Amino acid sequence: MKKILFALGLATVMAVPAYAQAREATFTTQLKNYGGDGAYLALYLTDTNGQYQGTLWISGEKSKYYKHLRDWARGSGLNQAEYDGLTGASVTSGRALKVTLELEDALIDSGYQVRVDTAVEDMRDNRSDVVVPLTTEGSGKTVSGRGYVQSFVYDLK
Amino acid sequence: MLRKLHGLPGLVAALLLVVLATSGVVLSAVPALERSSAVVPTAGELSVADLAERVVVNYPGTEQIARSLSGEVVVYYSHDGKSGADLVNPLTGEAIAPYQPSAFLRWVKNLHRSFLLDVAGRILAGVLAALMVLICLSGAFLLARRLGGWNAIFRPIPGSGGPRIHAELARFAVIGLLLSALTGSYMSAVRFGLLPEGANTEPSFPAEVSGGTPAPGGSLSALKNVDVNELRELVFPYPDDPTDVYSLSTTQGSGFVDQATGELLQYQPRSPGSQFHHWMVRLHTGEGLWWLGLILGIAALTVPVLSFTGLQIWWQRRSSAISLGENASIEAADTVILVGSEGNTTWGFAMDLQNKLNLAGKKVHCAPMNDLAEHYPKANALFILTSTYGDGDAPSPANQFMARLECFQADDGLEFVVLGFGDQQFPKFCQYAQDVDLALSNKGLKQMHPLARIDRGSAMQFREWGEAISERMGIPLALSHNPAPEVMSEFELVERVDYGVAVNAPTSILRFKPTQNDRKLWQKLLFQNRQHLPDFEAGDLFGVAPPGDEAPRFYSLASSASDDQLEICVRKQTNGLCSEYLHSLKPGERISGFIQQNPGFRPAAGTTPIILIGAGAGIGPLAGFIRKNTERNPMYLYWGGRNPTSDFLYQPELGGYLNDHRLTELNTAFSRSADKTYVQDAIIADETALRQRIETGAQILVCGGRDMAAGVRQVFDSILKPLNLDVDELRNDGRYLEDVY
Repeated sequence: MKKILFALGLATVMAVPAYAQAREATFTTQLKNYGGDGAYLALYLTDTNGQYQGTLWISGEKSKYYKHLRDWARGSGLNQAEYDGLTGASVTSGRALKVTLELEDALIDSGYQVRVDTAVEDMRDNRSDVVVPLTTEGSGKTVSGRGYVQSFVYDLK
Repeated sequence: MLRKLHGLPGLVAALLLVVLATSGVVLSAVPALERSSAVVPTAGELSVADLAERVVVNYPGTEQIARSLSGEVVVYYSHDGKSGADLVNPLTGEAIAPYQPSAFLRWVKNLHRSFLLDVAGRILAGVLAALMVLICLSGAFLLARRLGGWNAIFRPIPGSGGPRIHAELARFAVIGLLLSALTGSYMSAVRFGLLPEGANTEPSFPAEVSGGTPAPGGSLSALKNVDVNELRELVFPYPDDPTDVYSLSTTQGSGFVDQATGELLQYQPRSPGSQFHHWMVRLHTGEGLWWLGLILGIAALTVPVLSFTGLQIWWQRRSSAISLGENASIEAADTVILVGSEGNTTWGFAMDLQNKLNLAGKKVHCAPMNDLAEHYPKANALFILTSTYGDGDAPSPANQFMARLECFQADDGLEFVVLGFGDQQFPKFCQYAQDVDLALSNKGLKQMHPLARIDRGSAMQFREWGEAISERMGIPLALSHNPAPEVMSEFELVERVDYGVAVNAPTSILRFKPTQNDRKLWQKLLFQNRQHLPDFEAGDLFGVAPPGDEAPRFYSLASSASDDQLEICVRKQTNGLCSEYLHSLKPGERISGFIQQNPGFRPAAGTTPIILIGAGAGIGPLAGFIRKNTERNPMYLYWGGRNPTSDFLYQPELGGYLNDHRLTELNTAFSRSADKTYVQDAIIADETALRQRIETGAQILVCGGRDMAAGVRQVFDSILKPLNLDVDELRNDGRYLEDVY
C-alpha cells in the first residue's frame, strides 16, 4: 500500500535519491480559534471512495489518542509502520500546520483525495474535516474545513 | 532530618503548591456540578440501543454519542453541512442544552496541570506532586513523633498560634492531600514515560464486515446488551458506507458493531493495567465520584493556610537562630555546657548561661549534646540544658548522647547539673532531661544541683535556677534571658473587689482597661474608639512584672476580649513582690503588662459536660468560662475557700449564673467554717455523680495551687479506679487539664 514517498519535517525536506519523478508538496492547515487544547490532526490520502491509501502526516504525540482520528485510524489500522517518522506536535488553536513532503508524480491527478481528520480533548472528533482531490489544478486553491480547520491548501512545485 | 525533609520542599514549593491546590479546589467541584444536572437512568432501565434509537430520531446526522462518568450524555451531530454538539436527556434523546465546554474550566485545568506552560509546566506540576507526597509523609511522621507515636495521632494538639493551626489542619487534610499528590505523581510519571501506562491494546478495526443493509441502531443486539450507564462512547458509521462499523467503548472494554447484523466484533476487555490507570485518574479527578471530588477539594482548601503557617514557622525558627559567643576549647574549658534542643529557644538560655559564666571568669565550652567529648581534662562543671521530643524521646541534637556517654571518662572533680525545658501540657514533661540526669548519676558523676524543669521558656524559673546555681558555685550568675520579650501595653485599674481579709487570705478581683491616652492623634483618627486589646479568652495569661523587676508573673484571665476588660483574681502572697504590688493599686492607677495565650487550658467545645475545680484565686478563669457559657452547656463547679462570709469569691456572680443556667451546679467547701472541708471533700461527696459524668465524656479543668492540684489528682484517681481509668489517661485524651501555680 506504500505508494507515497516521504520525507518530512515542518521545514526540512529530505533528498529523494531513487525517484526522479517526485514533486515537492506543501500542505498548509490553518486552524480556527476553536478555544480548546492542542488539536490532533491526521493528513492522509484516500481513493475516490474514501478508501485509505497512505499517511501524510500525524500531529499529536500520544498515540493512545490516535483512535479519535477515526477514519484515518480505521484505514491505517493504527499500524505504527503506517505513520513511523511522520509525526509531530499537536497544533494549538488558531495556529497553522505546514508540512512539506516529496510526493510521487503518480499520485497526482490520479483520483486520490487528501483528507484531514481532527480531534481535540473533551471536544468533538471530526472525520474528514477536509476532503479535497489531489490534482495539479487544485494546487494553491484554498478550501475550508467543516470542523476545527479554518482553511486548507496544498502547493505543488 | 525529618524536619528538613518536611521544611525544604515546603519552602521551595509553597507558592506553586498554592496555585495547584487552588485550581484543584475549583476543579474538584466539577464532578458534583455535572452530576447534579445529569439525568441518570436506573440500572437496566435503558440500553445503548434504546439511547441510539431515541437520539437518532432527534438528530438524524448523529456522529458520536459520549457519556461522561458523571452521567452527562453529549451527542455530536452534523446536519446539512453544519456540525454541533448538544447535551441530551438519555431517557428521551431530546436536547437539554447546547454542549459548550467552559473556557474558564479549561483554563483552570491547564493551570492545574501545566501552569499554562505546556510540557515544561507539566514537568513542574509532576515534580510538585512528588514533593507534596514527601511533604505529606514527612509531616505525618513529624506529627506522630510530636504527639508521642501513631496511636496518639488523634490526641489534642498542644501549642498555640501558627504551629497549632498548621498541625490541626494538616492532620485533618493529610489523607486527601496524600491521595491527590500520589495520584497526581502517578499521572505525571505515566505522562513522561517513567511508569508504564496500563497498556490497553486497542482493538483493530475488523477486517471483514457483513456489508449487508444497515439495520436501525435500536435493533442491534450488541448495543442492546450494554446498559447506558456503562457507555463511554458510541461512534456511528460513516453514512452510506456499508463497510463501516459502529465503534463502541464502555467502562468494561471496547469493540465494534456490525451495522447490519448487530454482531459485536473484535471486542477487547480493558486490561487490568488499564483498569488501574483508569482508577488512578478517577481518584485524582473525582470523575464520576462526586463525593470524593468534594472531599479532595476540601482537603486542598487547607493548602494555602498550611503554606502560609508553614512559612511562618520556618521564619520564626530561622529568626530565632542563635550564634554562639566566646567558646573555650574542650581542652581549656573549666565549664562545659551541652545543649539538646530542636528549636532555638534552649540555645538562647544556654547562651545567656555561657555569657554570665564567662563574666564570672569561667572558661566555658558550649556544644550540642551529640558532641559530648570522651574527656574534658580541665572541666569541673558540666551543664546539660535539654528539651524533650515527643513522648519522652531525645531531641535530634541529643540522639547520640546516651551512646557517647558510654565512652565518656569523667574526672573525680566533675559535677553535673541538668536543666530540662518543656511544656507542662505534654504528658512526659522533661522526661528526657530526667533520663539524662539519671544516666549521669549512674555513670558515677556527682550531682551539683537537682534536676530543674523550665515550663514554656519561663524566664522567671530560669532566673531562680540561676540563683540556686550561683549560690552552689559561689559565683555571681544573674541569668536574665527571656525568650519572648512581649510587647508591653499600659492598663488602668478601673475596679477592684476585695475579699478574704478577715481570714488572712486577702484576695482581690482586679479589672483593667487598656489606656489610650498615649495614642497619637492620627492613631485616634484611624482607629477611632477601637480598644487596643489583642484577642484573648478566659484562661489565657496576663503577664505583669513588678517595678524594678524584669521577670513577669502570670495571672489567669477571668475575662475574654469581648468583655473589653482584663479581669484577674489575685491572692496577696506573703513576700510576693508582684501580688503586693497589684494589691497596692488604686483605681485609676496604671500598670504595664501583656497577654500570653494559653490554649491548653480551655473547656472543650460542644455539649460535653465540664467539671470545673478550683480553690482560692484559682476560681478566676473558671468564673470566666462560666460567664462565656451562653450556650448553657452543663457546667459543674467545685470550689474551696476559707470562710463563706469572707472569701467567697464571685459569690454574687455565681448566684446569677446558677439562675440563668450558665452554671448547672455549684459545690463549695470552706476550710475555716463549721464544716472544715476542702474542695477534695466536696469532690468525694459527689463521687457517684462525677463518675457518671466522666463516663459520658466529661472534661475536667483544675485551677489552683500546686498542693491542691496534687490532692485533686489523687481524689480523681480513686474515683476513676472503678472505671479502669486514671488521671494520666484522661490527661492524654485532653480531658483533664490543669492550670497550676
